[in-house]
Amino acid sequence: MNLRGIWAVFRKEFHENLRDKRTLLSALVFGPVISPVLVAVLVQFMISRTQTQGEQDISLAVIQAEHAPNLLDYLGARGIKIVKVDLDETGAREAVAKQTHDIVLEIPADFGQRLQAGEPAPVILYSDSSRSFERQGVGRVRALVANYGIEIAQLRFLARGIDPISVLPISVQEIDVSTPSGRSVLVLNMMTYLVLLSMLFGGLYLAIDATAGERERGSLEVLLTSPVPREHLIYGKILAAASYMLVSLVLTVTMFSLAMSFVGLERLGITANLGPAPAALIVGCCAPLILFGSAYLTIISAFAKTYREAQTYLQLVITIPTLPLIFAGMLGLQPKLGLMFVPFLSQHLLMTTVVRAEKILPVHMFVSVGSTLLFGVLLTYAAGRLYRREALLG
Amino acid sequence: MLEARGLFKSFGKVEAVRGVSFAARDGQITGLLGPNGAGKSTTLRMLYTVLKPDQGDAFINGTSVTMDPLAARRSIGVLSHGAGVYNNLTARENITYFGELHGLTRADRESRATELIEMLEMQPFADRLAKGFSQGQKLKTALARALVHRPRNLLLDEPTNGLDVMAVRNLRKLLGQLRDAGHCVLFSSHVMQEVEQLCDEVVVINGGLVVAAGTLADIRAHAANSHLEDAFVSLMNGGDAGNGEPK
Repeated sequence: MNLRGIWAVFRKEFHENLRDKRTLLSALVFGPVISPVLVAVLVQFMISRTQTQGEQDISLAVIQAEHAPNLLDYLGARGIKIVKVDLDETGAREAVAKQTHDIVLEIPADFGQRLQAGEPAPVILYSDSSRSFERQGVGRVRALVANYGIEIAQLRFLARGIDPISVLPISVQEIDVSTPSGRSVLVLNMMTYLVLLSMLFGGLYLAIDATAGERERGSLEVLLTSPVPREHLIYGKILAAASYMLVSLVLTVTMFSLAMSFVGLERLGITANLGPAPAALIVGCCAPLILFGSAYLTIISAFAKTYREAQTYLQLVITIPTLPLIFAGMLGLQPKLGLMFVPFLSQHLLMTTVVRAEKILPVHMFVSVGSTLLFGVLLTYAAGRLYRREALLG
Repeated sequence: MLEARGLFKSFGKVEAVRGVSFAARDGQITGLLGPNGAGKSTTLRMLYTVLKPDQGDAFINGTSVTMDPLAARRSIGVLSHGAGVYNNLTARENITYFGELHGLTRADRESRATELIEMLEMQPFADRLAKGFSQGQKLKTALARALVHRPRNLLLDEPTNGLDVMAVRNLRKLLGQLRDAGHCVLFSSHVMQEVEQLCDEVVVINGGLVVAAGTLADIRAHAANSHLEDAFVSLMNGGDAGNGEPK
């Protein structure tokens, strides 16, 4: 096989598209810069939210605080900041609704008396459960008040000569086994999704320009009269799109690695494994996809008659291979041998494994690389067959 | 030397070419004359190997376009309809790219590009991106591109479309030079004056069939009319001109 034609087409497409602003922007800027920045900003936001919740005292507005000094001391000693307020019921509701106070505790006037008489002593807690960021604070207040009750109950049992342990037949011990990196599922899913999408976008405009664009300009016909087999022409174009995708992939992963080292994921309880070595491994996992991706986009745009038509198709079609990722996120799919045969999904799972600092099974890597490359070669071959058809000229 | 032998081509139900045979000889300019939709472009496309004939065959210097299209392509230069050039390449790069596709070495294609740029008087815009080229500049670029591998045969599909008078004159001069250098030039047109001024031989096509072929004098004699345009019209009316297949 004479590869001269493939090489000539590859070089020309690579070179010509370097002068195309749209191609360059999508390959070097949109994906590689904007998506890591987007994720970094989001992570930064999450960090600032969790920090205010975890480290700041929960502020609790208390109505008629004078009726329960001991309870309030108990809460105060456990990190709840007590704010004494004077409100009626509607005032309390309004205060929560308007967020002047996130949580309001009302202590009835007979609280002390009922407690002393051994009757149930109600307290009223106002909060807004639709505001997810306050839910944790409410939960803590509720648990502390309940604990205070249990301690009183235990004292009462002791006073009557009963071992308080006997009225607590079951105790629940919670153990959280998620590793710090494991908690970052959302961030990770988003990151792998953006890495793959950004990679595809890198070659998008070249794929369109080299096929639908070439036909629309009228240069395709003359190109087909050169003494190069038609399938070699399309192979050269696919390789050129692939090379732009590779550049896009390397840049995107590098930018993610840099961006994440700046935001300080560890403060979120996530230790993302994204240093130079894991980043290189991620590029290695995704690189086999490049052939598949560029052949896929080239085939689709070869069907289109004009540049704009191809653009319309591709913007829809480009998301299809990334659909399994969304399901993987929803179903919480774990790396399994069977899933490694699926392009895009296997790369997502491998990337997730790397970022979580877990070991990749060699057989998984082998199957992922092998099957993805095989699919890529088949699609490239199909593109070659397609280019031999006369209907191509439109 | 180009030779069409009984070419047939249909697209779906439309029979665009229904048995076209003719020859275009070296050292001559042959015109493919016919109204719009007569089958000129389809015939040319089969000759320059982009379309495969349903029946019949064409020969480039004796090489069959159906049996060995790659070899046939080596000895033809093509100027397609609309002369599409690559906007993000300079004129020179457009030329050398095709030199590379034709297997010219780097030194060879560079020197050949310079030679063509001089020959076609393209120096003022040779190293500018083709983006802002006028129709005439695009045509020159496309023509140089078609000639980069020194093909024996040149096929042009309606080359004068969209050109101003000066550009048409230049093209005419150039085609004359190529003929005198012994090339075989075949071009399609529906403009009578052009054919009259330029061609040694004319092939008149209508409704996918050759209705007349020969020198200008032959055509006039055949239609029994001394004025080519009148001869042409009478030929069209004699054939089934109303057929008008879409292109």
